[in-house]
Amino acid sequence: MTALTDDTLPMSPRAMRDEMIAFVVMALLLASVPFTGVYPFFVMQALCFALLACAFNLLIGYGGLLSFGHAMFMGTAGYCSAHALKVWGLPPELGILVGIAAAFGLSLITGYISIRRQGIYFSMITLALSQLLYFIYLQAPFTHGEDGIQGIPQGHMFGVLDLSKPTVLYYVVLAGFLAGFLLIYRIINSPFGEVLKSIRENEPRAISLGYRTDQYKFLAFVLSGTLAGFAGALKVFVAQNASLTDVHWSMSGEVVLMTLVGGLGTIFGPVVGAFVIIAMQQYLAGFGQWVTVIQGSIFVICVLTFRRGVIGEIAHYFRRSL
Amino acid sequence: MQALYAQLLVGLINGSFYALLSLGLAVIFGMLNIINFAHGALYMMGAFVAYFLLNLGGINYWWALLLAPIIVGIFGMILERTMLQWLTGLDHLYGLLLTFGIALIVQGVFQNYFGSSGLPYAIPDQLKGGMNLGFMFLPVYRGWVVIFSLVVCLATWFLIEKTRLGAYLRAATENPTLVRAFGINVPRMITLTYGLGVGLAALAGVLSAPINQVRPLMGADLIIVVFAVVVIGGMGSIMGSIITGFALGVIEGLTKYFYPEASNTVVFVLMVLVLLVKPTGLTGRAA
Repeated sequence: MTALTDDTLPMSPRAMRDEMIAFVVMALLLASVPFTGVYPFFVMQALCFALLACAFNLLIGYGGLLSFGHAMFMGTAGYCSAHALKVWGLPPELGILVGIAAAFGLSLITGYISIRRQGIYFSMITLALSQLLYFIYLQAPFTHGEDGIQGIPQGHMFGVLDLSKPTVLYYVVLAGFLAGFLLIYRIINSPFGEVLKSIRENEPRAISLGYRTDQYKFLAFVLSGTLAGFAGALKVFVAQNASLTDVHWSMSGEVVLMTLVGGLGTIFGPVVGAFVIIAMQQYLAGFGQWVTVIQGSIFVICVLTFRRGVIGEIAHYFRRSL
Repeated sequence: MQALYAQLLVGLINGSFYALLSLGLAVIFGMLNIINFAHGALYMMGAFVAYFLLNLGGINYWWALLLAPIIVGIFGMILERTMLQWLTGLDHLYGLLLTFGIALIVQGVFQNYFGSSGLPYAIPDQLKGGMNLGFMFLPVYRGWVVIFSLVVCLATWFLIEKTRLGAYLRAATENPTLVRAFGINVPRMITLTYGLGVGLAALAGVLSAPINQVRPLMGADLIIVVFAVVVIGGMGSIMGSIITGFALGVIEGLTKYFYPEASNTVVFVLMVLVLLVKPTGLTGRAA
C-alpha cells in the first residue's frame, strides 16, 4: 500500500504557523466577498461543498477510507432540516441541529456496516448504501419524490439574524464553514488524528501497537458523516430546496473530484477543489452534458499526472504543509 | 401464479446480467487489482455498438453478439494500455477513481448525442414469439438470454479454472513476478484479461439491448447493484460470482412479486445483512 500523501512528519511549529497564516488569509478573503461584487450565492454554494469536501477528506486523506457515498449525509441532513423548517416550523438553528442529528444517526448505522470491510470493498459498500438511501428517498412521502422539498423558509436565526438577506445569510454560512473547518483541523492535529494517520500508513502495525483500529475508523466515519450533514443543513438555506440530486451517486462523485483536484490529505485542498469545480459548473452550465465529460477528464488527468492535487503540488514544491 | 413465474424469469434475466458483469469485475480485479467502475459504461457501449452495427452497417444481432464484445474489448484494451497500466503499484483507490472518470466521459459523450431516452432494438426474427410451457408463457428471447448467459459464464469458468491459459492467469494473479520469470508475458496477459472482462460486459449489453432498450445511462445504476453483488459474493471465486449473480437476480424477481416497493433496494438490504452476519462475503477471502 503506497501512501496517499507525503505528509508523514509530525506537526512542526513552522508548519503550524504556515497553516495559521493560510487560514487567516482564507478567512479574510472570504469575509471580503460581499464587498467585491462577486455573486454571493455562488460563494455560499461553494462554501457548503467545501465543508462537505473537507469532511470527506477527513476520511480519505487522514483515514485512507474512500467513501463513495458521502452525498447521503448531505442529502439526509438537507431533507431533515428542510422538513423541520418547513413542516414543523422550527427556527433555523434548531433546523440545522435536526439535520446534523439525522446525519449523525445515519453515520452511526452506515459506519457500523461499512467499516467491516476495507479498501475497495469499503468504497463499494458506501456507494451501495447511498444508492439504497436514494431509492428510499425516492419513495418516501416526506421527500416529495422527484419534486423535492421546495420553498423552504429561511427565517430568523436566534430570532435576530434575518437569513433572507443575502449578506446576513452569507456571513452565517461563512461562520458555519469556518467553524466546521477549524473543528476538522483540530481533529486532524489531535492525538486521535495522529493515530488515524498511522492507520492509513500501516494498519497492521497500528493494531500491533495496541490500537483498536476499527474503533478509530468508526469514529472518523461518524465525525466525517456528521460534518457532511452540517454542510447539507447549511446548503438548505442557500438553495432553499432539498432534492434527490443531493443524494445521487453523481454528487458523491463530485465530492471525490473536488477533494482530488484540491489534494487528498491536504488541509486547504478540498476548499480550493470545491471552488474550482463549482466555478466550472457555473461557467460551463450552457454546455449540457459536456460538463460530465469534462469532469470525467479531470478525474483521469488528476489520477494519471496530478495525484497530489493543486494544494498538494504547491505544498510539495515549497516543502510546506498546507 | 403466472405473474410469479414472469417475475422469476425477469429475475433470472437480471441475474444473468449480474453474473456476467460481476464475473468480469472479478476477473479484472484478480489480475489488475482494479475495481472497474467503467464496467457499466462499457456494458452500455456493447448495446450501442450492436445498435450501430444494425442501423448503420446492417449487421444483424448474431454478428453483433460476436463483434460488439470484440470491438468494446479492443476499446478496453486500449484503455488499459494507455491509462490503467500506469497505476500498477499505486493504491487501489486510484484505479477506482480513474475508471470512474472514464465512465463519466463515456456516458457523457453518449448522452450528448443520444439524450437520455431509449433507442429501440428489435428482437431477431429467429427468437421472436413465445412458447407455452404449460405453467407459463415463455418469450423465446428471454429464455435465450438466460441460457446463453449461463453457457458463457460456465465457459468463462472453464477457461479460467480448467485450461492451461487459465492456469497461467491464476498463477499470474498470485505471483506475477514469478510467472514472468517463466517467460510468460504478464503485461500482455493483463491487457487480454481486461479485454476479456470488458468483452463480457459488452456481451451483456448486447443481450440486454432488445429487452431494456439502448440508453446512455443503462449501465450507470446497474453497476452499483453489481458492486453490491460483488460485496455479497466476494471476488475470490469465479463460480461464486456466477451463483451469487443468478441467485440475487432471482431474489430480486421474487421481491418484485411479493413486495414490489422493495424491488429496487432488496439487493442492497441483502448486502447489509450479509455484512452484519459474515463480513467477508459469502465466498470471499478476507480483504
